[in-house]
Amino acid sequence: MNEEIVSLKNIEVYLNDSPVLEDINLSIKQNILLGIIGPNGGGKTTLLKVILGLIKPDKGEVRVFGMSPEEGRRFIGYLPQYTFFDLNFPISVFDVVLMGRYKGVFKNYSEEDRKAATNALKTVDMLEFRDRQIGRLSGGQLQRVFIARALAREPRLLLLDEPTASIDPEMQKSFYELLSELKKRMAIVLVTHDIGVVSVYVDEMACLNRRLFYHGSKEIALRELEKVYQCPIELIAHGTPHRVLRRHTE
Amino acid sequence: MMEILQYEFMRNALMAAVLVGIACGIVGTYVVIKRIVFISGGISHAAFGGIGLGYLLGIDPILVAIPFSILSALSIGIISKKAKVSEDTAIGILWSGGMALGIIFIGLSPGYAPDLFSYLFGSILTVPSFDLGMMLILDVIIILTVLLFYREFSAISFDEEFSTVVGVPTKILYLLLLCLVALSVVVLIRVVGVILVIALLTIPAAIGRQFTYEIKKLMLLSIFIGITLTVIGLWLSYLLDLASGATIVLVLGTAFLLSSFAKRIRPVF
Repeated sequence: MNEEIVSLKNIEVYLNDSPVLEDINLSIKQNILLGIIGPNGGGKTTLLKVILGLIKPDKGEVRVFGMSPEEGRRFIGYLPQYTFFDLNFPISVFDVVLMGRYKGVFKNYSEEDRKAATNALKTVDMLEFRDRQIGRLSGGQLQRVFIARALAREPRLLLLDEPTASIDPEMQKSFYELLSELKKRMAIVLVTHDIGVVSVYVDEMACLNRRLFYHGSKEIALRELEKVYQCPIELIAHGTPHRVLRRHTE
Repeated sequence: MMEILQYEFMRNALMAAVLVGIACGIVGTYVVIKRIVFISGGISHAAFGGIGLGYLLGIDPILVAIPFSILSALSIGIISKKAKVSEDTAIGILWSGGMALGIIFIGLSPGYAPDLFSYLFGSILTVPSFDLGMMLILDVIIILTVLLFYREFSAISFDEEFSTVVGVPTKILYLLLLCLVALSVVVLIRVVGVILVIALLTIPAAIGRQFTYEIKKLMLLSIFIGITLTVIGLWLSYLLDLASGATIVLVLGTAFLLSSFAKRIRPVF
């Protein structure tokens, strides 16, 4: 139950000689919804890419399910912050989700893969669009398809980079409820700006601005936020069940 | 119309049209949807270096063009993935460098290069049987490779980063795709020449994608469009006594304009 599935030790990443991540130590445990917050350019996306093995850290050690990220990432479902593709690309919604089931060269998609893709589309409530060309969806629908693509893998770890960015406010609540449901089966890392929402649904929180300022219970994390953003902040829990924090004084 | 089929060169030309249509339908689909048109243009022009080397060594230029264009495809692919040189710069250098090499090689070779023009601008009416055989073999290689790696090619064309995450060996498959472009360039050289190859690699698929959003169907449609338009171009050039390669390209261009126009008046499924 308390199994550690990702461990980062003393990670440092440089981009053109300037540090993007410094001295990162992080451990992610099974069945936990971890929220990572921090300002733009704070290295949140870079951190996810280090876990995925897309970016090699200049220093430090990454283990994913006890393996190297390249091996371990086959158990990861990933929702990128941006997916760049040609809106006229000749592919259907279903075939995009099926790509999440890719298992290797010469391994055809099986009936089981198709079932998993169908279930994933059902989960995000997009099954009726399965034959639609991918470019003929709204931004929010597209985001749900990409979430389905990540879920189709039936991952043990789900990495979500700004998942609610283009989802309508009404959908957001059900989306977070979906995450609470999913974390019974997997660990989830949620990178977001939306501090208010995160503070309601996450179990643990990490504050990232080049360094990891805090990692642990969300209550303490919220108090530490000013250090991360380096200015006084006010948390407003818009649309979510309740206001989370008192107003910070200067 | 039928009586022209009694000539062997006409039968060869029609055969060439079919072989060309297959290569440009399948590989052209990826060229268009993965947006590697400019890279493919670079590969086709660089192939001229191989043609020139063939003249210099006294070997069939098409035979030398195969390793030469594969080598240039690999170099463009590898250089463009390194961050130090931007992709279009790498393409520009190989594009002109390959052509320049070809010109120097031909200048160095003894005597006169009689059918040089046919390699530059194509000549579907003079494709020798040996080259037809070679085009057939290359087509078979292209078809088999795409059958084997269809899922991977589609995945990296749509979203390279996600493909990497789910375990597609993206770098190797990207290079393999460029090698297929190189092979289809060789298939097309005899018919439209290195300078006009890019038209056949892009236009049939560009027309086809207006009518379908399934990659397999797009390939079949592009093959059909490629063969039909090449034959129409061949027939027109015979009728009007025009250069065949250029006529084929102009037929392709006109068809693209017409299909875009038709699409605008009546939205298709």
